[in-house]
Amino acid sequence: MANLKTVSKKSKAQSMGMHTEVLTGRTQQKFFNPDEAENFYYFGTYDVDFNKRTELDVKDMTAPEANKEIDNLMSQGYGTIVIKNPQGKHSLGVGILNKLNLIFEGSLGYFGMGSCDGPIVRINGRVGWSCAENLMAGKVVIEKNAGSCFGAAIRGGDLICKGSVGARTGIDMKGGTIIIGGDAGAFTGFMMQRGRIIILGDVGINLGDSMYDGTIFVGGEIGSYGSDAVDSELTSSDQDWLKRKLKVAEIGENFDVSKMKKIVAGKKLWNYDNLEPTEKKGAI
Amino acid sequence: MCGIAGLIHRGKSSNVGSELQGMLQALKHRGEDSTGYALYGDTDGKNFIMRFKVGENVGEGSSSVMEDVSVYDERKKIVDQTLAEMGAKVVKEERTLPYSLRYEIDYNVKDLLEFSQRIESIPGVEILSMGKSLEVIKDLGNAKMVCDRYSLDKVVGTHAIGHARMATESGVDIKSAHPFWGYPFSDVSVVHNGQLTNYWNNRRVLENKGMRFMSECDSELIAVYLAEKMRDGATLEEGMKASLTGLDGVFTYFVATKDSLGMAKDTMAAKPLVLYESDDLVAMGSEEIAIRSVLPQEIDTYDPFDGEVKVWQI
Repeated sequence: MANLKTVSKKSKAQSMGMHTEVLTGRTQQKFFNPDEAENFYYFGTYDVDFNKRTELDVKDMTAPEANKEIDNLMSQGYGTIVIKNPQGKHSLGVGILNKLNLIFEGSLGYFGMGSCDGPIVRINGRVGWSCAENLMAGKVVIEKNAGSCFGAAIRGGDLICKGSVGARTGIDMKGGTIIIGGDAGAFTGFMMQRGRIIILGDVGINLGDSMYDGTIFVGGEIGSYGSDAVDSELTSSDQDWLKRKLKVAEIGENFDVSKMKKIVAGKKLWNYDNLEPTEKKGAI
Repeated sequence: MCGIAGLIHRGKSSNVGSELQGMLQALKHRGEDSTGYALYGDTDGKNFIMRFKVGENVGEGSSSVMEDVSVYDERKKIVDQTLAEMGAKVVKEERTLPYSLRYEIDYNVKDLLEFSQRIESIPGVEILSMGKSLEVIKDLGNAKMVCDRYSLDKVVGTHAIGHARMATESGVDIKSAHPFWGYPFSDVSVVHNGQLTNYWNNRRVLENKGMRFMSECDSELIAVYLAEKMRDGATLEEGMKASLTGLDGVFTYFVATKDSLGMAKDTMAAKPLVLYESDDLVAMGSEEIAIRSVLPQEIDTYDPFDGEVKVWQI
């Protein structure tokens, strides 16, 4: 385990403003040895060819059947899979830990694309609650609207909704980027710990409530600020990053990012550096 | 958890019984302790339709106490006698199940309060709905079971709301099942998904104002709350907007009247709702799969935001 107490220089992530806290004490961050390449691959993933394309009609399938068939197609080397007739089914596309180009021709229900790591996904429809929950890497693009808890607890990757999203977007997120083309509901960024949220439209009440860290950019009106969410200065590097990100996200490329508001944690609620009760006993 | 669904056809009638059954059956994983329908059928509007029960379903899973069927017959006789005393003429009578009855009544009165109080003063009798278009049908089991039991798949009308219940706050019985009639208002019904945390405080206040509660289900509060607001002269929409602050807890609810259907979502948006709107149909449900049961093609849907109230007319 690394002891970050000894790190005097700002990390690249910190200098880019992705997070500002100085980590001290225990860390679960692991440092991989490049010689241990096998550690970078999940057990059970497949070597797929993006040019190998197929279609899968899930109209008469249950979600487990559909997910199993996606896995089966990946095992055959298919790198581009088009899902027909998802019809709002729940839990489609969950747990994909593979490089994959996945396209849904329709809407998903709850928990679509949950716990994924790596796929590039386009959903030509709407998604229900908790889309891409726990996303670790990859890109998920939703062409229409999304329900509540959009991108809950994501660790990484880009999650893009071209329409509007419900309440608690990015709740408990720990990394990655969420980009919303329309409006967002109440409690957006609730208890977020890291990562960035960009909302081009308006946002509801209690924005960034109890956020630990991370950044929220809002282009429209803010219903109200949550506990400990405060305004911050929008820097030129923020603007450069926003322009780049919006372009990559195929959304709001011509949006005037200079007028966006930047919201961060006031850090008055922090308790990171205090000792745990058991540790206090030990110290005494 | 519970699931709610509703639809309103604008400018036309449709087979709302079958449509709502499909929507609620798609939500059966959200609860199948009981299922209820509030159907607004095509009628000539001359007579009142009274759906009432003289006992409970004591089948498997029920939390009700077993009663002899002869007790139901006795209660029915007293209801018939009371109706005759009030000058209400029963034009048509249907007894779908020993405990569940449907009367068409020729009764020319606007204030249903006294009428309802007299009927419900008979022990074990509860009016499920009273109106010239509304019929509330609720019983234990999932949507298909209730639909089959009461032959609802042939009901034609303009709009409907329904509820698939997972019992958490009160018993598994018909009296705690949704929809709730907006007693004593003709043709008003409510379904709710969520939990109200100031139920007892509000109930005490409303009971002191003369309002009636039949169950201990927190959701009944919404129907009574809105009824009290309307009694005091508020419109349905005004009452619904007041409920956003008057009711505490998490909720999404639908309320329907003879010619309208509305939805309200609490200020924390803690309970789900997906909406589809077009010129001739509005469909809504706790999950999109409910809407997909009537509109399988690709459609545009959205989640209403926190604190939102919407009302549609037929």
